[in-house]
Amino acid sequence: MSRILGIMMVTFFGALLILSTVDFSPWSDPAQPAAVHVSPRYIERTIEETGIPNVVTSVLADYRGYDTLFETSVIFTAGVVVILLLRREKKW
Amino acid sequence: MVKDPDDIIVRTVARFMIPIIQLFSLYVYVHGHISPGGGFQGGCILAASFILISLAFNIGEAKKILSGRKNLLFIGLGVFIYAFTGLVPLFVQGNFLDYQHLSQFLPLDPVMARYYGVALVELGVQITVMAVMISLFQDLVTAGRHESILKDRENGIDR
Amino acid sequence: MELIVSKFNYWAYIVMILVGLYGMMVKRNLMKKVIGMNIFQWSIILFFISIGAKKGATVPIIIKGTEHAVKAADYINPLPHVLMLTAIVVGVATTGIALALIILAYRRYRTIEEDRIIEALKKR
Repeated sequence: MSRILGIMMVTFFGALLILSTVDFSPWSDPAQPAAVHVSPRYIERTIEETGIPNVVTSVLADYRGYDTLFETSVIFTAGVVVILLLRREKKW
Repeated sequence: MVKDPDDIIVRTVARFMIPIIQLFSLYVYVHGHISPGGGFQGGCILAASFILISLAFNIGEAKKILSGRKNLLFIGLGVFIYAFTGLVPLFVQGNFLDYQHLSQFLPLDPVMARYYGVALVELGVQITVMAVMISLFQDLVTAGRHESILKDRENGIDR
Repeated sequence: MELIVSKFNYWAYIVMILVGLYGMMVKRNLMKKVIGMNIFQWSIILFFISIGAKKGATVPIIIKGTEHAVKAADYINPLPHVLMLTAIVVGVATTGIALALIILAYRRYRTIEEDRIIEALKKR
């Protein structure tokens, strides 16, 4: 029973997603909305502003430093949580 | 540890590969500015070398190099390096994580200050990722009972 | 036909996301649920990476010697790559916590089948 219900819900969800692809631009379209708004500025000014040729690194750690900082703290939290959940020994 | 002849091959290859893996992780971190790479990838590769020690020898061997307490210290140290690098510009009226103000502390122009600020931040990320990956592996594999499993191995009980 | 050929990346991610969703909803084994969650995460990651592609562009590393005249059309979009780089590591963290919780559930109930855990919970 639950399997049939699951298949029905998955089909419904998939139909919704396929419906939404009508509005997306084709694959590797140079004029797609994701490629024209903020990323050209990052690509064109990375050398002049940070001196880093690898745009991914400069965006990761400089332009979007907050993102990476709290992402690092997410990893920190995950490590501490696993230690707190599982360790049962006095001596480490 | 199970005593069988396959161990010799695995251990010899591991002993040969581990320094190369660690050197490669440093290369990935340092070269992250001009090629694909950086803190996350370098940290994962560095953790992989310790995981290889744990698999080829045992977890006790890996803990002789990096004990649990030191590993916990590294987990916090990475986040601290990152946050502290972000805090330093606040002292000279800059914004949080605005690395160009590091040029007032280091003999660099603002552009190169951002270059090396990114390097410092990536170092913090690398340390945290490495330590968390190692502790995740060790805790999940032994279900958090490193010491009692090692003791059982010494007494010949195989779990 | 145009809808399928020029947008095959979206179709691939939709198939993956549905596989992951089915695994998370229907399977009764906690381990299989975690695998479903991972497939779900990776479908989102592939979706973002495929958005970053541009025709006739190369990887987003500025070629030496052309620093003074950088054209954004020559390099693919770096922003999805950055976001997914963080998402991959966060995915590892969530998987680790999920596995730790499964280990705790196994310690208490000696099983990772959802039905038996619910039975054991009802008996208390």
